[in-house]
Amino acid sequence: MRRAGSGAWRLLLLGSLALAGCGGGVEGRADEPAVGTGAPTYGDTFIQSSISDIAGLIPNITSDSASHDVGGLVYDGLIRTDRNLNWVGQLAESWTFSRDCMTLTFKLRQNARWHDGHPFTADDVLFTYRTMIHPKTPTAYKDDFLVVKDTEVLDPYTFRVTYARPHARALQSWAMNVLPRHLLEPYVAEGKLKESPQNSRPVGTGPYRFQEWKSGEKIVLVANPDYYGGRPYLGRVVYRIIPSQGTIFLELKARGVDLASLTALQYLRQTEYPAFRKAYRKYRYPSSGYTYLGFNLKDPRFADRRVRQAFAHAINKQELIDGVVLGMARDATGPLRPGTWAYTDRVPRHEHDPEKAKALLAQAGWKDRDGDGLVEDKEGRPFTFTIRTNQGNEERKKVAEIIQQRLKEIGVGAEIQILEWSSFLKEFIKKKRFEAIVMGWGVGTDPDQYVVWHSSQMGPDQLNHISYSNPEVDALLEAGRSSCVQQDRLRYYHRLQEVMAEDLPVIFLYFRDALPVVASRVRGVEPAPAGIFHNFTEWFVPRELQRYTSG
Amino acid sequence: MALFALRRFLLAIPLLVGITFVSFLVIHLAPGEPTEVQTGDLSVHSTAQARQALRELYGLDKPFHVQYWKWLTRVAQLDFGRSFQPDGRPVLAKIGERLPITLLLNVVEMFLILACAVPIGVLSATRQYSLFDKVTTVFVFVGFATPDFWLALLLMILFGVQLGWLPISGLRSLNWEYLAFWPQQWDFLSHLVLPVAVATFGGLAGFSRYMRQSMLEVVRQDYIQTARAKGLPEQVVIGKHALRNALLPVVTILGLSLPGLIGGSVIVESIFAIPGMGQLMVQAVFSRDYPLIMGNLVIVAGLTLAANLLADLAYGVVDPRIRMAARRRRR
Repeated sequence: MRRAGSGAWRLLLLGSLALAGCGGGVEGRADEPAVGTGAPTYGDTFIQSSISDIAGLIPNITSDSASHDVGGLVYDGLIRTDRNLNWVGQLAESWTFSRDCMTLTFKLRQNARWHDGHPFTADDVLFTYRTMIHPKTPTAYKDDFLVVKDTEVLDPYTFRVTYARPHARALQSWAMNVLPRHLLEPYVAEGKLKESPQNSRPVGTGPYRFQEWKSGEKIVLVANPDYYGGRPYLGRVVYRIIPSQGTIFLELKARGVDLASLTALQYLRQTEYPAFRKAYRKYRYPSSGYTYLGFNLKDPRFADRRVRQAFAHAINKQELIDGVVLGMARDATGPLRPGTWAYTDRVPRHEHDPEKAKALLAQAGWKDRDGDGLVEDKEGRPFTFTIRTNQGNEERKKVAEIIQQRLKEIGVGAEIQILEWSSFLKEFIKKKRFEAIVMGWGVGTDPDQYVVWHSSQMGPDQLNHISYSNPEVDALLEAGRSSCVQQDRLRYYHRLQEVMAEDLPVIFLYFRDALPVVASRVRGVEPAPAGIFHNFTEWFVPRELQRYTSG
Repeated sequence: MALFALRRFLLAIPLLVGITFVSFLVIHLAPGEPTEVQTGDLSVHSTAQARQALRELYGLDKPFHVQYWKWLTRVAQLDFGRSFQPDGRPVLAKIGERLPITLLLNVVEMFLILACAVPIGVLSATRQYSLFDKVTTVFVFVGFATPDFWLALLLMILFGVQLGWLPISGLRSLNWEYLAFWPQQWDFLSHLVLPVAVATFGGLAGFSRYMRQSMLEVVRQDYIQTARAKGLPEQVVIGKHALRNALLPVVTILGLSLPGLIGGSVIVESIFAIPGMGQLMVQAVFSRDYPLIMGNLVIVAGLTLAANLLADLAYGVVDPRIRMAARRRRR
């Protein structure tokens, strides 16, 4: 699981790690609404399962989702996302943008304290900024802070940032966890942040205090009674590290864990018996990641838009969604996440139509000239290529297989190659040694995806590895990220989605649904566009149902 | 004898260095870099500069031989460095916290395997081609052929979910801290039952077959005939005269499997959520955590060499011919 607030500022390529939780979308629903009975009570332990151990306890320098889940409860940012994926204050009470979008002033809370009792002030925010830009801080999240021109602490509870030019991610970058200056300053100066005690025994400002981390076994957090947002009801949160998905499911059946993400098969077929339905509530909402079929656009065959459109017509998305995730996904119409403010579904679509696909291929010069079932170009070379994807992701493998079958119908031959993640990335993606790939992108709440689609981002360590270049898209991306006025940005991004749906730099396939279950003794769970974790501190277990001591 | 030991020990040193060199080379040849894993694979907000800075921080920008030499000189002073992973903890600390549970599991497993395999081997040899022989043969080979993850899941469903007798995974219950001393021990033991059972079942075949084979050879020897001829009861003939001699090759194999005691089984550990060496190593390889991989390899290689050395010395003690050869050479 990931709390919405902690994950929102990241845009990650989904790797072999399945990214769970963190969803959005107005269609989110629970099979049974979780109704609270009576007044909330304190106590009990909430047991979560995590497929992998955390990498560390300073999420500012980690990039795995487990570390961010745990860190999200221990630390706070200046802002976070609420149930509808809008930004609201967390350590900041309010903020104001200057008219030219260049200056951002935060008013901070005066009643927040670090877990060791030290008061939280604007110095901590300034320190966090300096930590992020320090050359020896091994963080992947520097960029948003490197564009800051100037920072000022106006008084202990007012912090001002000035940018050299308008920066669309200015506000959301301050959802970054704030670090304690009084504990970390010498370590940052020496470039030894990783080795600091904070990385194994963190002190934060968040709703839960760190208690214990047993490597490979569990992480234990306890409720922070002095939390400025009110003491959380669940007294203790335990992350049990269980590296096998099968074991997590068995633990769930034996009621050994209180929260887990299900696969579509488990959700639909293996949890429909009465005892399970009594012990757990199931939820379903679109997750933040989409799967796509991407092409190397340096390859002249795929550089032709008609070919990509033909492929889009050849693929039956509904069949794909039904076949791969049993219908537990939503059609992706573009790169933006459904339910976020910039999303629109009013874009051109390419319905399943093999005849149209063949016609488009013929227009592009691909015809079956020798009657062998494969289309050829004028020189008689058949249209064959390889779809590559990473090992360990059954879903992507199935996607590739179904696409292979559909392409065969229009006379295009596709081979499939599955590669180990790290080699796939280094040897194929970065060196652009691929023809087509099945991959996924995780998207945040902000629509800015400059680094993925802009033509200036094609370098070996950059993310436009498909080499997409479209002047109109470039202009829209630039305009979209240089304004802080939502109404203006909305126009650019709606147009962007239209253009991309027509031009198809990749074939957007689907946003998979997040399918979490929560123990039914836990009350107060409210499914919303942001998923279910937006109000975690308000979850509680009525006294008579409590199972564990809260430590 | 002392000279013989010293010679063997000195010979082991260049061998160890050679092993580390080849390992270092192979690991660095594998595609992928630790910096990629650290910056979130392809996280959008990690720039090329950030990656370069990380490479320099870890010295990965230096030529291979420079990296190896730096590593080797540090290891010579027993400094295995810090893990590349964001927790940045010393390699020895990471190995140190995982080693005890893996050792415990493997020692218990080895003990149980011997405790079952020796009697099975002896009995099926003395009753060759009997029903018992055939049944145990089938049984141990079924154990050998059963995928352990499958067996583990079946046992978990039966004892954990259906019957609820045993915990499914982990090492301790969540309320462990609040239990009294003996319930704590019982809780811990009950968590070990399934993983140990799965691993033991899979390992029975090897030892029981060695035991059977070796016993079959021994009972054909003349001195067994003699023992029987002088009217000793069959139990004494088998239990004393035959068994002792038949155990020798088994002990040799046991010695060779000692280094394996510190390498955990990834599958058993992952399924039962046991934080042991196997998981640590696999994670280290996937994230290209060079210091941790190398630290682990040095320890395993060192132990293997030490076990070989010990075995050689033990042969010298047990077998007079080897001792004599060494003495003759000295003259």
